[in-house]
Amino acid sequence: MEVTNSTTIRESKDTISPPSSGLGDGELKVQIRKLFDQFQLQIGTTFPSGISILFGPSGSGKTTLLHSIAGLVTPDEGWITIGGRNVFDNRTHVPVERRRVGVVFQDLALFPHLSVEANVQYGLASLPRTERLQKSNEILDSFRISHLKKRRPDEISGGERQRVALARALVIDPCALLLDEPLAALDVITKAKIIDDLRSWNQAHRIPILYVTHSREEVFALGERVLILEHGRVVAQGTPHEVMSAPRQETVAQLAGFENIFDAEVTRIHEERGSMICRIAGTRVDLETPLVRATVGSQIRIGVRAGDIMLAVTQPVGLSARNIIPGNIVSLDQRDVMIVARVDCGIEMSAQLTLAARDSLHLKPGLAVWLVIKTYSCHLMAK
Amino acid sequence: MDWQAFWLTIQLAVVVAFILIILGLPLAYWLTYSRWRWKFLVEAIVSLPIVLPPTVLGFYVLVALGTRSPFGQWWQKLTGHPLAFTFEGLVIGSIIYSLPFAVQPLVASFTSVDDKLLAASATLGVSKFNTFRRVTLPLSIPGLVTAITLSFAHTMGEFGVVLMVGGNIPGLTRTVSIDIYDKVQMFDYAGANRAALVLLFISFVSLSLVYAVNRKRWTVFLWK
Repeated sequence: MEVTNSTTIRESKDTISPPSSGLGDGELKVQIRKLFDQFQLQIGTTFPSGISILFGPSGSGKTTLLHSIAGLVTPDEGWITIGGRNVFDNRTHVPVERRRVGVVFQDLALFPHLSVEANVQYGLASLPRTERLQKSNEILDSFRISHLKKRRPDEISGGERQRVALARALVIDPCALLLDEPLAALDVITKAKIIDDLRSWNQAHRIPILYVTHSREEVFALGERVLILEHGRVVAQGTPHEVMSAPRQETVAQLAGFENIFDAEVTRIHEERGSMICRIAGTRVDLETPLVRATVGSQIRIGVRAGDIMLAVTQPVGLSARNIIPGNIVSLDQRDVMIVARVDCGIEMSAQLTLAARDSLHLKPGLAVWLVIKTYSCHLMAK
Repeated sequence: MDWQAFWLTIQLAVVVAFILIILGLPLAYWLTYSRWRWKFLVEAIVSLPIVLPPTVLGFYVLVALGTRSPFGQWWQKLTGHPLAFTFEGLVIGSIIYSLPFAVQPLVASFTSVDDKLLAASATLGVSKFNTFRRVTLPLSIPGLVTAITLSFAHTMGEFGVVLMVGGNIPGLTRTVSIDIYDKVQMFDYAGANRAALVLLFISFVSLSLVYAVNRKRWTVFLWK
């Protein structure tokens, strides 16, 4: 199960010392280095309890980091502690089966020959029968899959399989939970429901949950805390908005795929509302955006995804969205089953809509429209 | 039909198939998961009986079992009689001869079990042995059936090794295949045919079983 065989252990110039005894603090601390043919994974960070998102392109080391924590891959050097328990350093190597780290693999790895219930109970074999049943029933209930108990993994839906995999990993009361793009294949609604259930489970248990993804939607949907990985290193971390607004993160924004990126100047700051007003450079268009570390007059950059912009043919009233910008349609381009509308508002913005929306609103170039953008759809980056 | 030879052959095949599964499971497990650099040599040795002429194999087994070899001497001290030209000798020769037919299907089955399942099992706190027992083995049932059936059928039909190691002692080492040879030598073609038909039938049934448990679902759909 080793990912590589290059295990040259070298003397490091950086002195890496194990952490002072932070007993039972529930944190996951990682300070590891592993050399590959192509790149070097070098991570030193602490994951508090709650969801941390590992975001980055494929090959950036996300999965290797996860596998190192689970014990499926051995780092060349460094140390890992989980809840104050040392599971890896230059003398210690707690094997996978004794780490008590829950893992949900990308392809879930449910046991095909076992029922849903037997899958969930798989890690509880050492418990007496009554306790095993009680635990598995509890978790089956909290992930709403009790009615599937007797089914096999190939007899249930993709979303249900995800729930089974989560339940199986969590029923053993792990010290940490590692999720390797577990929801990548699911639709947004199913995904959101599963995340809600995972969140409520974790409110009672408070363990570090590492969630690997390369989907920007998931970053913002889940984000308590995001770490951006590139070439085996953490290049930025913070809340999704902080990470996006941190300097040097232009590459990340592009990576995250914003169709609309504007230069702007901060004109007003509403500390108490957690928002600020920015004027898009060269226009009279003001956008209300989330508050970041900035002062009036700061030059910033705003990213808005085309899918986050709504389009109205009459001026909307009574909306919670704070940004309603008038403009005229420049063009409507079909991409697959979506329409990208380019709208001139003093600056050109792209909005995404469905074919049905185009037809029922009788959209055509030249038509006057209003763009609706929610405050939190405006992502800030440093210039 | 020489029923004595027939029952002896069945007995031999059952005993050999049973012992081969006991030996084959750990050996196949090791061959599947070991990362020892010289593993390929062991793989070659296990597969040797497929290509080696049975007389060559039989000759060396005979030498190894003989009273001049350390093993033969040890056996004689233990049991009071020599190994060559006995049922036990036949069992040992057959085990070696049929070993690849037990080990290879098992290795193929174990290899086809997704590594992710084994990793998942480990992360759930289950030891390697219990993972084998609870995941690898249940998912390798077709391979297990194949291994048992093939080693049984292959032992039923062997000739060269039996002749070299066992000779032709009625009720002790005289199997069906040797009986057929004898009958042909004595121009008893009808008798030879009866015995040969029985072997043909058993082989066909065995192979049908092997292909039935290993068939893929789509092949069934194709003929629907």
